Amino acid sequence: MSTILNKKIVIPVLVLLAVFFPFMTQNNTYIIHVMTLSFIWMIGVYGLNLLAGYTGYLSLAHAGFFAIGAYSLGILTVKAQMNFWLAFLLALVITSVLGLIVGVIALRTKEHFFAIYTLCLGYILYLVIDKWESLTEGVRGLIGIPAPANIGPIKFDNELSNYYLVLVFLLLVVLVMYRIIHSLSGRTYIAIRNSEDLAQTIGISTMKNKLTVFVLSTFFAGLSGALYASFVRFIGPDIGAIPITFDLLTYLLVGGIGTLSGPIVGTLLIVWLSQFLQDLQDQRMLIFGPVLTLLVIFYPRGIVGGVSSLFHMIKSKGSQKSTTVPKARTAKEMVIEKNTISDKQVKEG
Amino acid sequence: MEILIQQLFNGLTIGSVYALVALGLTLVYGILHIPNFAHGALYMMGGYVTLTMMTKFGLHYWIAIFVSIIVVGLIGVLMERLVFHPLREAPPIHDKIAAIGILLFLEAFAQKFWGADYQSMPTPYESVVKIFGLTITMQRLLIVIAAIVVMVLLYLFLKKTYTGATIIAMSQNREGANLVGVNTNKVAMLTFMISGGLAAIASSLSAPINLVFPGMGQLVILKAFVIIILGGMGSIPGAIVGGYILGFSESLGATYISNDYKDIIAFILLVIILTVKPTGLFSKGGH
Repeated sequence: MSTILNKKIVIPVLVLLAVFFPFMTQNNTYIIHVMTLSFIWMIGVYGLNLLAGYTGYLSLAHAGFFAIGAYSLGILTVKAQMNFWLAFLLALVITSVLGLIVGVIALRTKEHFFAIYTLCLGYILYLVIDKWESLTEGVRGLIGIPAPANIGPIKFDNELSNYYLVLVFLLLVVLVMYRIIHSLSGRTYIAIRNSEDLAQTIGISTMKNKLTVFVLSTFFAGLSGALYASFVRFIGPDIGAIPITFDLLTYLLVGGIGTLSGPIVGTLLIVWLSQFLQDLQDQRMLIFGPVLTLLVIFYPRGIVGGVSSLFHMIKSKGSQKSTTVPKARTAKEMVIEKNTISDKQVKEG
Repeated sequence: MEILIQQLFNGLTIGSVYALVALGLTLVYGILHIPNFAHGALYMMGGYVTLTMMTKFGLHYWIAIFVSIIVVGLIGVLMERLVFHPLREAPPIHDKIAAIGILLFLEAFAQKFWGADYQSMPTPYESVVKIFGLTITMQRLLIVIAAIVVMVLLYLFLKKTYTGATIIAMSQNREGANLVGVNTNKVAMLTFMISGGLAAIASSLSAPINLVFPGMGQLVILKAFVIIILGGMGSIPGAIVGGYILGFSESLGATYISNDYKDIIAFILLVIILTVKPTGLFSKGGH
């Protein structure tokens, strides 16, 4: 990217912006509320991004794991009267362990089978939450989930403190994602996405890596779900339904699948757009559905991908004659092209 | 005993509908190797178009179904042209996401255009007949017979006509079909037309005994996926047999196990199959 948009300057500016955001809005609770919710979604979208964007496995059970995180926290605090932070930790452990069990089985399948498998799995998770009334209260939903407990002198009784709590978690998630993507593991995942057979041939244990990613992805989903439950303090079975997975997928696709900043851009854009188009609540898919399809056809890497390839084009025009994105034709060319794109992705971050 | 036979007949009815939907799905999979998540939305559109033709335009049931087949078939062709054709070289994850986008759009469209409430479809075949001591509504009998007729016609079309043979050729080997002069674009469009038409027939036949609503395709499509995995992705006889197997197991499961959890049977079945054999039953082997 150009020198003005140097990473070393941009990232601290963005973080500062997020920290001082509530003061800029003069503590407008509505805006802070929506912002906190979108931060929570972002964490979930990062989970989906790691799996679908970097290893190429489209999991359609993501909302199911989101719901498991939320319900674990809800049930442990409301029904078992457990200490909040202990329940929070346990919720993450439960989600990850379930993710591990599911992953071991689900990851034996590939491509379409994996998508269909997880789609059905998501539906089973939703049905179980909906029908297991003695545990989850069924359609009535879980009410009265406590707000996060105090940490020393810090209380979480208003919107502002919750905003900062979620922000801290989001920053941690972004940091973890940044470290993963720029490590050898991150490149390993991209290798698996580009060609699993090839990755296996050069000695990558694909199953081990895929499983790590799957568990991490469910961990993020669980974290996002637990934060959601403690923030909204009411959960119903709908949060585990397929439409939530599709929502998360829309956020990811609009922002840019397989990019580090994509989930932030996409979620912010769509969540705020949905707020402005609130009259359209039920019909918003009338717009977002075609957007999703068109993006995949014309900008498969979303807004972030589109902008970054624009920068690359401008940059490379100076040095080389033209390196516009080549039209892939043969399988071989495609692999090569994909590799260059993922290289860019890594650099662009 | 009587309950068993009654339930077997119910299974036959549901199975016929499933088989028709799964046939459309498996045909498209055979040609393009994509799981068309939007197929359930085509099913739903079929129900609504037939309903509108009957209530708004006062057409006869069969003419309404015919119009519905054409309309939904054309939606299928549009989908192929506008979405799947440009994506044919893209990584597989893109097709799936694009299909989900279409699905979301069509469902929101139906909700906007026809409203979110459940609507019932009138049928000229409401009388009840008694065969071998069984009481059967004409509509259910009609579903079974019509499904068999459609399947036989489809079979004859695929096996006995030149155009049908091109579809099979393309599903066997796309490049090969192209080499021997098959216009693959045309065949892809034709396949989507047939696939949409089959979905429209299935939903128009089953709508009078179920209901018409924007989400009516969701469960059906999930089950159709289970069926084509059961019967082998892209296999036509597999889709038919799988459809009936699922129909029977659901209606028997609802009677003898639990009515609440009958929808879960299909998914448990799928999870078990894919757990044991990750590439699906009857897969052709290799990667």
